[in-house]
Amino acid sequence: MAVIIERLFEGFAINCKLFGLTLLFALPLGLIISFGSMSKFKPLAYAVKTFVWIIRGTPLMLQLLIIFLGPGLMGMTNPWPAGADGRLAAATVAFVINYACYFSEIFRGGIETIPKGQHEAGQVLGMTKRQIFFKVTLLQVIKRIVPPMGNEIITLVKDTSLARIISCKEIIMMAQEYTAKGLIGPLFSTGLYFLAFVGAVTLLMGYAERKLDYFRV
Amino acid sequence: MAILEVRDLKKHFGPVNVLNGISFSLEKGEVLSVIGSSGSGKTTLLRCLNFLETPSGGQIHVKGECLFDAADPSTQKEAGVRKKRLHFGLVFQSFNLFPQYTALQNVTLAPQLLAREREDYRQDRARILAEIQEEGQSLLEQVGLADKLHSYPHQLSGGQQQRVAIARALALKPDILCFDEPTSALDPEISGEVLRAIRRLAEQHMTMIIVTHEMGFARDVSSRVIFMDGGLIAEEGPPEALFGSPKSQRLQAFLQAVR
Repeated sequence: MAVIIERLFEGFAINCKLFGLTLLFALPLGLIISFGSMSKFKPLAYAVKTFVWIIRGTPLMLQLLIIFLGPGLMGMTNPWPAGADGRLAAATVAFVINYACYFSEIFRGGIETIPKGQHEAGQVLGMTKRQIFFKVTLLQVIKRIVPPMGNEIITLVKDTSLARIISCKEIIMMAQEYTAKGLIGPLFSTGLYFLAFVGAVTLLMGYAERKLDYFRV
Repeated sequence: MAILEVRDLKKHFGPVNVLNGISFSLEKGEVLSVIGSSGSGKTTLLRCLNFLETPSGGQIHVKGECLFDAADPSTQKEAGVRKKRLHFGLVFQSFNLFPQYTALQNVTLAPQLLAREREDYRQDRARILAEIQEEGQSLLEQVGLADKLHSYPHQLSGGQQQRVAIARALALKPDILCFDEPTSALDPEISGEVLRAIRRLAEQHMTMIIVTHEMGFARDVSSRVIFMDGGLIAEEGPPEALFGSPKSQRLQAFLQAVR
């Protein structure tokens, strides 16, 4: 019993790692992609929008397989180191690209709803573009995107188990070792790990919402 | 010498001509009201002066310095625009306060950011910031908001928000303060407090350009009035003359309509 729990924790550590790394890289990358899709330079905006369409329009599972297997099978040198670390790295890259595209749309929505007057007020007060973005716009954007972001982050928690398609030993893959031995309990209990994690994320997002409740946009 | 001189200012949006050659000058301490029906180009004129729009033609001179010349591309570089804007302040119809900052923070934000560009900022940081803080407080006191320093915009009435916006514009010590229909978004009983604040500034000889629909106010606060029609100055003069004995038919009709 204790062994099973320990093994499941071991698996869930992979889910958590993938989750953390994805957030860490996909949030800033998503912001950059959103700027690209809003660019006044039309070819760039269209290229970025097409890319986002492709990524959001195809299954993450397919992207995982292509990113992990693609380079090797297409005759390039395989960029992924052998072993578990290589698989996790490939999974991270696939997740970061996929989630950055979803985040970029949330950022774009948030940025475009900020009234133009906010930007203009900053301009006439002699602020630089950078100052306007960081000192005026950003916090208002964050306040607006907390709820949709919460949704997306909760989806990410559960999506991490897709990584098992390229044999990342995440928690559900671990539990399946036991179903092969005729035990269903471990599989059921993986749900508890996800529930606990999502519970924590939900509390955190609620906290963020309350923290930003002091002003109205 | 005139503090502001605008020569033959033109602006078109695509095929639509909004300003068709506006020329006027302003002496230091003068209060200029700009009246006219909507669509006559009043707001676009203010937006051009504040470099929120790039004029299609003409020149803008402040204190003898050429800030904009449509014929001279070197005056239109993006980098210089930010500094040029500081000659002007703009109070918007919709206030545009920053919602996440208190009244005082709204007033002090821009001066704090600008202070970072000062050479003595590093050594004298604490003193400079304290001065900005003090200055911000005194500006809010001047507009009658001494007890609202730490209120957020959503906790203030429209009139109070607009007075914060006035203090915020004053904090950068502009040469010319522009108002774009400052009371149009306010209930009539609240406009009074904003108009009083502007009147106080006029008494302190602040140079101002006020786009307004408040004819009574324009009449007694301004030293000169411009009536705009179809992107041109249709009539111009001291308020008594313009309101008392309008010459053009357009102005007569306009004054009839708004009365």
